[in-house]
Amino acid sequence: MLDLTYETPKPKVIAGAKHDWELVIGMEVHAQVASNAKLFSGASTRFGAEPNSNVAFVDAAMPGMLPVINDFCVAQAVRTGLGLKAEINLWSAFDRKNYFYPDLPQGYQISQLYHPIVGEGEILVDMAPGVARKVRIERIHLEQDAGKSIHDMDPAMSFVDLNRTGVALMEIVSRPDIRGPEEAAAYVTKLRQILRYLGTCDGNMQNGNLRADVNISICRPGDYEKYQETQDFSHLGTRCEIKNMNSMRFIQQAIEYEARRQIAIVEAGGEVVQETRLYDPEKGETRSMRSKEEAHDYRYFPDPDLLPLEIEQAWVDDIAASLPELPDEKKARFVTEMGLSEYDAGVLTAEVANADYFEQVAEGRDGKMAANWVINELFGRLKKDDKDITDSPVSPGQLGGIIDLIAKGDISGKIAKDLFEIVYTEGGDPARIVEDRGMKQVTDTGAIEAAVDQIIADNPAQVEKAKVNPKLAGWFVGQVMKATGGKANPKAVNDIVQAKLGL
Amino acid sequence: MTELNKLTLAEARDKLRAGDVTSVELTQACLDAIEGADALGAFVHKTPEIALERARAADARIAQGDAPAMCGLPIGIKDLFCTKGVDSQAASRILQGFKPEYESTVSQQLLDDGAVMLGKLNMDEFAMGSSNETSVYGNVVNPWKVDDRALTPGGSSGGSAAAVAADLCLAATGTDTGGSIRQPAAFTGITGIKPTYGRCSRWGIVAFASSLDQAGPMTKDVRDAAIMLQAMCGHDPKDSTSADIPVPDFEAMLTGDVKGKVIGIPREYRMDGMPEEIEKLWADGTAMLKDAGAEIRDISLPHTKYALPAYYVIAPAEASSNLARYDGVRYGHRAKLAQGDGITEMYEKTRAEGFGHEVQRRVMVGTYVLSAGFYDAYYNRARKVRTLIKRDFEQVFDSGIDAILTPATPSAAFGLGEMAQADPVQMYLNDVFTVTVNLAGLPGVSLPAGLDKQGLPLGLQLIGRPWEEGDLLNTAYALERAAGFVAKPAKWW
Repeated sequence: MLDLTYETPKPKVIAGAKHDWELVIGMEVHAQVASNAKLFSGASTRFGAEPNSNVAFVDAAMPGMLPVINDFCVAQAVRTGLGLKAEINLWSAFDRKNYFYPDLPQGYQISQLYHPIVGEGEILVDMAPGVARKVRIERIHLEQDAGKSIHDMDPAMSFVDLNRTGVALMEIVSRPDIRGPEEAAAYVTKLRQILRYLGTCDGNMQNGNLRADVNISICRPGDYEKYQETQDFSHLGTRCEIKNMNSMRFIQQAIEYEARRQIAIVEAGGEVVQETRLYDPEKGETRSMRSKEEAHDYRYFPDPDLLPLEIEQAWVDDIAASLPELPDEKKARFVTEMGLSEYDAGVLTAEVANADYFEQVAEGRDGKMAANWVINELFGRLKKDDKDITDSPVSPGQLGGIIDLIAKGDISGKIAKDLFEIVYTEGGDPARIVEDRGMKQVTDTGAIEAAVDQIIADNPAQVEKAKVNPKLAGWFVGQVMKATGGKANPKAVNDIVQAKLGL
Repeated sequence: MTELNKLTLAEARDKLRAGDVTSVELTQACLDAIEGADALGAFVHKTPEIALERARAADARIAQGDAPAMCGLPIGIKDLFCTKGVDSQAASRILQGFKPEYESTVSQQLLDDGAVMLGKLNMDEFAMGSSNETSVYGNVVNPWKVDDRALTPGGSSGGSAAAVAADLCLAATGTDTGGSIRQPAAFTGITGIKPTYGRCSRWGIVAFASSLDQAGPMTKDVRDAAIMLQAMCGHDPKDSTSADIPVPDFEAMLTGDVKGKVIGIPREYRMDGMPEEIEKLWADGTAMLKDAGAEIRDISLPHTKYALPAYYVIAPAEASSNLARYDGVRYGHRAKLAQGDGITEMYEKTRAEGFGHEVQRRVMVGTYVLSAGFYDAYYNRARKVRTLIKRDFEQVFDSGIDAILTPATPSAAFGLGEMAQADPVQMYLNDVFTVTVNLAGLPGVSLPAGLDKQGLPLGLQLIGRPWEEGDLLNTAYALERAAGFVAKPAKWW
């Protein structure tokens, strides 16, 4: 496998009133498993359905109903673990996390506290070309999502929608290896990218498909290194957990705010209280949700309705064999085998659909040229129309055709841009369009010579000036291009002008 | 002709097949018996229309000649089983008016075989109790009486036991978490088997303690138990703990031949202060099996004394979680709220009104043993004890023991209300011989083997190897034949 070398980024340093401070961040990301059915019931997971229409008896916790594990969700968790280079636990088990809430019909969430299905892994978080942070994954476990309580429909009543109840989530828990707000956002971005490559989570943050809890503490420069050496958390500050964020921007803002809040407390001689907080994006601040004392006692115990989850190594191997090429490998391949810059490779691999498109364009062509056209022309144009690569009116074949015409010298780069616009708006075969509309570049030196001779003959004064100031040759080139409708090969024109003017 | 409601399942089946009776006649005889037996408090939801409709359908099926054994046989269903469109409230106020939109797997299998449901049977609330006194419907009265003293039928399947003993139905379903089939069977002079954990699907049975709950038949004799268990058990993909193991023909295994079988007599079951009559019954039973050709061997199950405390940690722990769903939000009882009450008040008032004292006690005990700081001391410790108890049995079976003979209960049926003032642990002691079997997940059968000097039935328990209910029932059959128990309660209701 290909690997690119990288440097570790510097941790973010925040200047307090008295000292400099660093941040230590760990994240718990809840990723909804991409699956048609829920984790323990056959009910649909379709987003946006009528309230309480995707609810099986077991989701509503009717008396005597029992959970049955959805094997596909297990496969998705394993696939995710493999994608994060993590250890897969062939033996795992489900536990009940007990608490009362109206959107939790069973009165407990089925989760995996003691024996998660996936153990330690890692994610390489790209910060800039050649700069990346390796973040360790502690574990991934499968659990049920809760339903939705709706408090703003009626002044006196609350409503409950159980459509989401029992949908499978993967809780992906990182070690406290993230060192700043940008890294936190980049971590979620990278994780989302990998999940989407794997097809194990749609990663649609607006729909709540991917939600992040952020654990954050502050420490003085140097303390984190002591923690790293000893794995002793006492070198780090007391952490607060900010719950349930579903936007990269909010994650960064919340961390910025929370860091400054903690710094202000500590610098004023106070102590940070371990607690759960919520971020209010409108006010731009975090506020206490519940303190450690108010924390629920979840009374976890093994769920007696479910047998331990035992999977076979051979099954895991089959899943491993079916894994797609992942972003890091793809990026490294684009750099080392196709000669792209790491930046371009990063842009192209951000979404697997983009990378696939690019590879089709680059097939049998110059990689760099293909990358330029995909990134600069196509992505730029799609962005202008707010379109996705999957909605692109230009197919990889069409774009490849345009590039081929440039490579053959049939059209200039400038004409190619016009051609691209025609293909984008009207469609059609690029070679045909060039032919039909007479856009082909003139490389016939005889024709160019005739045009040059004509310009020279018509402009004797300019000829004299050019002999004194050779830069004026450009004027002649421009005139020839104008006369040929831009179709003359610019290099050929230039060479002939130089020769005829005796420069 | 004998009264039809007094027939056994086997007798009625044979008469149905011979065309001597119809299911409608059998069903009507039971319905009549039920109508005259309100004093027993056994049937709490009667479904005569459904019963007669199913009886007619069964008669049609029998006429076609390929009816399964249970076809046309009128039975009662414990209220813990969810029955589609019929009240199913686990004898609790919190499920008042609850009519499920689904049928439990076990009752569905019986229904599919053509069995006729007469109605729902009383029980202890959420199957928590050993005297059927915790039911929201009021207690069941044992058909057996001493003088004029009303006795408990045992619990939690007290309604099922009383109904079968009083011939209100030919048989009934029960469930057994710590002895809830076997103890009431013993108190009422009938037979009950709790099969191996995983034999019967738990789907659609209101959960008490998921790792211990098992359904089983409560019948007039061992043959009936074999016939009805056959219809109740089998793999169910809807219950992850249900075993995908073939079900043999249990009835065909009833040969009565126990020659060469090795029966273990566990010394730890000889308790201090055990009534002499129980001692004698146990000795008699041992002798009968020996006479029938079995080898008797003294065995030791050393962790027996820890079983009851472990059970009363594990069962309440699971129950506290299983009963969390009864919160007044979606179905069942919801308390009337006062101005300004929020969700917490709704939970508290609903659960305070909806659950009886024993259920509340167990929910609190269960919550306590699972709490942070107590989990290891109680719940985890109890799980370790459970493993040791299981291992005790495994070692004994590995040493060549085929079945273990013990008393079913430490006493005969006691008076209703007698335990009202007692420490709850006194009531829990009723389960002392039965809980080990649930903790180890083994099959256990209780059958009547004699009367005490007051004339009350006493039961013996046989414990078998996992998945060997057929062999266990055959040993029970041999014992039944030797004991020749034929006594019936004198009708007073």
